[in-house]
Amino acid sequence: MTTNIKRRVFLKGSLAAGTAGVAASAGLLAPQAVVAAWNEKAFKAKSMDDALNAALGATSTDASDKIKIKAPDIAENGAVVPVSISADMSGVESIALLAANNNTPLVATFNMGAGGVPDVSTRIKMANTGDVIAVVKAGGKLHSARKSVKVTIGGCGG
Amino acid sequence: MAKKTIKIRAKLKGDKTTVKCLMTHPMETGLRKDKKTGKLIPAHFISEVVAEAGGKNVLTSNWSGGVSKNPYLSFAFTGAAKGDEVKISWTDNQGGSDSASAKIK
Amino acid sequence: MTRLALVVVLVLITSIVLADKRATDSTPAEDLRLYRDFFSKRFPGIPLNEFGNGTYTIDSVSRDSWKAIEAFPPYTPMIEAGETLWNTVFANGNTYVNCFHEGPGQRKNFPYWDSKRKMVVTLPLAINECRTANGEKPLSYQKGAIANLLAYMSYASRGQKIDIEIPDKDALAAYNEGKSFYFARRGQLNFSCAHCHMESAGMHMRTDTLSPALGHATGWPVYRSKWGELGTLHRRFSGCNEQVRAKPFKAQSKEYRNLEYFLSHMSNGMEYDGPSARR
Repeated sequence: MTTNIKRRVFLKGSLAAGTAGVAASAGLLAPQAVVAAWNEKAFKAKSMDDALNAALGATSTDASDKIKIKAPDIAENGAVVPVSISADMSGVESIALLAANNNTPLVATFNMGAGGVPDVSTRIKMANTGDVIAVVKAGGKLHSARKSVKVTIGGCGG
Repeated sequence: MAKKTIKIRAKLKGDKTTVKCLMTHPMETGLRKDKKTGKLIPAHFISEVVAEAGGKNVLTSNWSGGVSKNPYLSFAFTGAAKGDEVKISWTDNQGGSDSASAKIK
Repeated sequence: MTRLALVVVLVLITSIVLADKRATDSTPAEDLRLYRDFFSKRFPGIPLNEFGNGTYTIDSVSRDSWKAIEAFPPYTPMIEAGETLWNTVFANGNTYVNCFHEGPGQRKNFPYWDSKRKMVVTLPLAINECRTANGEKPLSYQKGAIANLLAYMSYASRGQKIDIEIPDKDALAAYNEGKSFYFARRGQLNFSCAHCHMESAGMHMRTDTLSPALGHATGWPVYRSKWGELGTLHRRFSGCNEQVRAKPFKAQSKEYRNLEYFLSHMSNGMEYDGPSARR
């Protein structure tokens, strides 16, 4: 019941914010320039190592318990798996999010800008059971953490 | 992708601003087949999301088609005040784009 | 205790399946009591309204993911799209308010029994009747514009109590048809709705936890991750029928409207809480 109340309250707020936000929509970015910046080699890499090499220039990372990954033990639907990553360390430059057993493992990169706090969430697709991996670049070094997520075929989702 | 593809919610707590946004986009990987025709559906996904606050870049995020349909993104930064504007822009691999702004609450 | 309840329900199911006439043996009030008892014994300690959350009521792993998704639900833009539709003026100058005088927040008034026309009127049906009466084309019933409109109306109605009345003999007949549908085996798999969602609620169908039937009518329309979009209750009915390898009925057919009538009555006293997100 608490859940219901929460989401009701939240939604009322979000709708109001949404309407205000829509007013200022204009595509100021030049699409060509942006597409060029997209790291094709990293995102199209079929293996973890190739993806990490292309994205970060290295494959070895230090396992760190300062990185927290929040993801379900079992994905209720592999098409929408909520993942949150946070890192309790200073000088974080970027976070890479990978799904080890996806056809192309690199899912997203997050590059911190001014005042960036390493605390990101998104929802990703997972084709198979496997690890969700976060690689955090801080002070020029690579740190990582992983969390196993089971992806199953549902009886009624099929 | 004509309009209203981005919904933003930005909240300041202490010195940390947390921004949550939801985008409307098919996020096709290029690996999925059309059930009727059996042909591959061409890749169509948001490849970059840029966030600015007070004119400064606070996050640049690059994606593959591995982010779920109608993508959700949440991130945080410091150095902004209530009432400051957060602007989110996305571009996709087919040259589509959109942007929207919201005030930090 | 659970076993006892199961026996009771099995008797109910077999009695209905074996002799369809006996669907009339119990009154709607008795059905409601039996139905509630069954679920409160199977899942003790869960408050009534929680059952509106479907499988997430009882499956804690999925519940976490679901909560993360509901924190900024994917149906948010559809509510706004529905609001735009609601405010769009018809070619004749009228709007939906000309049909729905109480405004968008009147989910509580549907479905209802229309004594004059001797039929169950659901909200989507009323929306299309409003459109055609005003010279507009009817909307397709499964998804798209009608789902957006329903999302807006349901959102504006959140918290309204379900209170389905069965005012006369004809209404009772429609209710009993819906009830028979619910307990009748169908399809190559020979399953009834009740087999999965009463008898086996909480058990696993492959890896899915079967949701309890109680509250199945409360949270529509639904954004299913599987669909990647919003769909209506009748779309889900046809999906369920297909999954047991039965030929589905048309959305807003008499069969599905009567089924909705029965199901909604079984949720009496619960709150409408649409739209919602599901796997």
